[in-house]
Amino acid sequence: MNDGVAVRRLAALLPPGRVLREPAHLAAYESDGLTAYRQRPLAVAIPETQAEVVALVRLCAELGLPFVARGSGTSLSGGSLPVAGGIVIALNRLNRILEVNPVERWALVEPGVVNAHVTAAAAPHGLHYAPDPSSQTICTIGGNVAFNSGGAHCLKHGMTANHVLGIKAVLATGEVVELGGASREVAGPDWCGLFTGSEGLFGVALEIRLQLVPVAERFHTVLAGYRTLEQAGEAVAAVIGAGLLPGAMEIMDALALEAAVAAVHAEYPPGCEAVLIVELEGPREVVEADRARLGPVLAASGPVAIRVARDAAERMAIWKGRKSAFSAVGRLSPDFIVQDGVVPRQRLGEALRCIGEMSGKVGLRVANVFHAGDGNLHPLILFDGREAGALERAEALAGRILRMCVEMGGSITGEHGVGVEKREYLPEMFGPDELDAMRRIRAAFDPGGLSNPGKMLARGEAPSLQHAGLHPLERAGVITRE
Amino acid sequence: MNALKPTTLAGLVEAVRGVERLRVEGGRTKPGLLRGDGAVLSLGFLRGVVEYDPGEFTFTALSGTPVAEVAAMLGERGQHLPFDPMLLDAGSTLGGMVASGLSGPGRLRHGGVRDFILGARMVDGLGRLLRMGGKVVKNAAGFDVPKFMVGSHGRHGVLGEVTFKVFPRPAARMTLRLRAPGIREAVGILLEAARSRFDFEALDVWPGSRDVMARLAGPPEALGPMAIEVLSRWPGECMDGGEAGTRWAGLRELGWVRGGMSVARVPCTPGHVAGLLDHVADMHLMSAANVALVSFEPGAVRGRLEKWMKTQGLRGMLLRGDGRMWLGASCPMGVEEAVRRALDPLGRFGGPGDPDEGHDGNE
Repeated sequence: MNDGVAVRRLAALLPPGRVLREPAHLAAYESDGLTAYRQRPLAVAIPETQAEVVALVRLCAELGLPFVARGSGTSLSGGSLPVAGGIVIALNRLNRILEVNPVERWALVEPGVVNAHVTAAAAPHGLHYAPDPSSQTICTIGGNVAFNSGGAHCLKHGMTANHVLGIKAVLATGEVVELGGASREVAGPDWCGLFTGSEGLFGVALEIRLQLVPVAERFHTVLAGYRTLEQAGEAVAAVIGAGLLPGAMEIMDALALEAAVAAVHAEYPPGCEAVLIVELEGPREVVEADRARLGPVLAASGPVAIRVARDAAERMAIWKGRKSAFSAVGRLSPDFIVQDGVVPRQRLGEALRCIGEMSGKVGLRVANVFHAGDGNLHPLILFDGREAGALERAEALAGRILRMCVEMGGSITGEHGVGVEKREYLPEMFGPDELDAMRRIRAAFDPGGLSNPGKMLARGEAPSLQHAGLHPLERAGVITRE
Repeated sequence: MNALKPTTLAGLVEAVRGVERLRVEGGRTKPGLLRGDGAVLSLGFLRGVVEYDPGEFTFTALSGTPVAEVAAMLGERGQHLPFDPMLLDAGSTLGGMVASGLSGPGRLRHGGVRDFILGARMVDGLGRLLRMGGKVVKNAAGFDVPKFMVGSHGRHGVLGEVTFKVFPRPAARMTLRLRAPGIREAVGILLEAARSRFDFEALDVWPGSRDVMARLAGPPEALGPMAIEVLSRWPGECMDGGEAGTRWAGLRELGWVRGGMSVARVPCTPGHVAGLLDHVADMHLMSAANVALVSFEPGAVRGRLEKWMKTQGLRGMLLRGDGRMWLGASCPMGVEEAVRRALDPLGRFGGPGDPDEGHDGNE
């Protein structure tokens, strides 16, 4: 297809200024949170209404023009990486919260609404939107739905998919569909469940109905420091073994702690090689009772020190240290790769030992921050891109860690998605028949393969690799990574 | 024709490959879903727990495994499927639970079947045994086909094995009966209670009454003080543990349904409750008015119910009784047929010609 024709047809759909063509304008859209990949699109379209999105997608279908929907571009798997010769549909201006229904506890939002803004809109009613990726102050609901985002509270509250009640979407064919609805139940197959986490391969969400849940009355947040990572891991097993269901259980290792101290002046007990954060939540009577059970369990787990958040400010300080850990690692190393794998919870200790051994062998430092309750690891592989071969060694190590996760019976991604980053590893988890079934499903929604091509399911073309490290927004302290 | 009764996953694959058209059944506890023509494929013999590790909060079992067996196994280790699986005594199977998407009252607090399924091994229409989803509590790799199988009533594949997430079971429970003069007031209590600080495990209106049954769950020492506060807010009383257990078990087993009545599951919103009640014989309103199990007379009454449901955009699924599996509004989507063909290109599990698949079929 002639690029000039496509651009002319695009320009006819949107007013001047909302179809970007200048290299200087396109540069901002070339990459997302996975800065290792970069691709300049043909153009960027900036719709302001759902009707404009539908018209854009239908034009793409007519012209056979590939498109990539994008929110704030925080994907850590390259989920919103543009396609050469295709367009980016930037959804940030579809940022209206259409309705908050506190009685039925849902919010109807457009895809460009920022995750944290949903909670802000629900807060006056004592409600919140539970999924809380670390980038929640900037990432958008459209991206959360596409990648089934997680966060620190998944064990108890689930992921994005568990909170999406309805989706209105324009499919790659141009068909507009309404999946789910205002009820928490549906009759018939769970179309919302299938759409959520489809990585943009089916089409573009126009409206999303999200479940809101009451804000817990009471939190009990404990930070326990341990001499070894294994001890911290054993403490997690002990908490689970005691029949408790904390809202969150997070572990940071020594290197991650060092980074958090440097970045946000977080304070941790001296002499710790690992810190465990456990948070109980619920009605005050329940939290008090659970707290009385948690105390002895943690005390028996051999901690160096235990700190309990005495108020909301201390709780926030604990979480700030944790949530800043990823970006903070940027202070320890010029470049790093964030990984996201899952192992069975009880093999966490073994997995961390393996990562330590592998890291020692290749001479690269690895910081570990993880959702211990979910077995969801986030190894941060530190390297210096200026050293010849360092990136390649870091990527090889990242790949070995993912393979280890699969071998242990886990997953290559807990919450970042496959995107472009892990598409080569999907065949490690799924056989040819499963991949074929996924391709057939993808083709049912998008026979032309136009919607976010090259993500999740491998294709021929390889995007150009440039560098790894902090996203410019991270460097500026605007976003953080889970 | 005798039913096909595989006992292994290999046998299941062979059975699917051997016939052109089939319909699947499990424990036959929801016969309203057993529609369509072709050979009967019974999963009742494909049973057994494959893996259970309490420390992982997961189990994997063959799809014909009775849910009651799983519930007992989990219970021994202080765990449960928190959505109160239905029809345990009647013999419902894991596969049937997934295919029907039927959750019980406990779905209020942590979600239903769709929120706890992690993985599935299933045979698609091409006779391939696929392993979709994962076996760990968190996974975002690939399309979430296991979720799509929830409520898919066997039309997109035959489940051979399923993996679920489980939770620790609350140490104690307490059921409060909250009095409401009418259904409107009862719904008002449901909605208010669902937003309250108490984190109720279940909020239902029991059939034949206007009383809200509110269930608290947690550490035993926490429930008494909470119950006192709940009862100071809404008039009512605390139910005796034995009586409450019997009543919840009655709901679970559809014990309230009178003979000869059809039963359907109708997802709804609070605004639909009064209208629904006008059109059915009886109703168990579940999960703060998000789903109703309704009983009604077949024939003309069903016709009137469906006509009303269409005006409201409500769609339901028949669990017991004769006639079409779907009730009420249809939601035709072009992509629906395309996805069905992607997973079942030969129409082994229904498809065109299947009277239940037509959107404008006879009622």
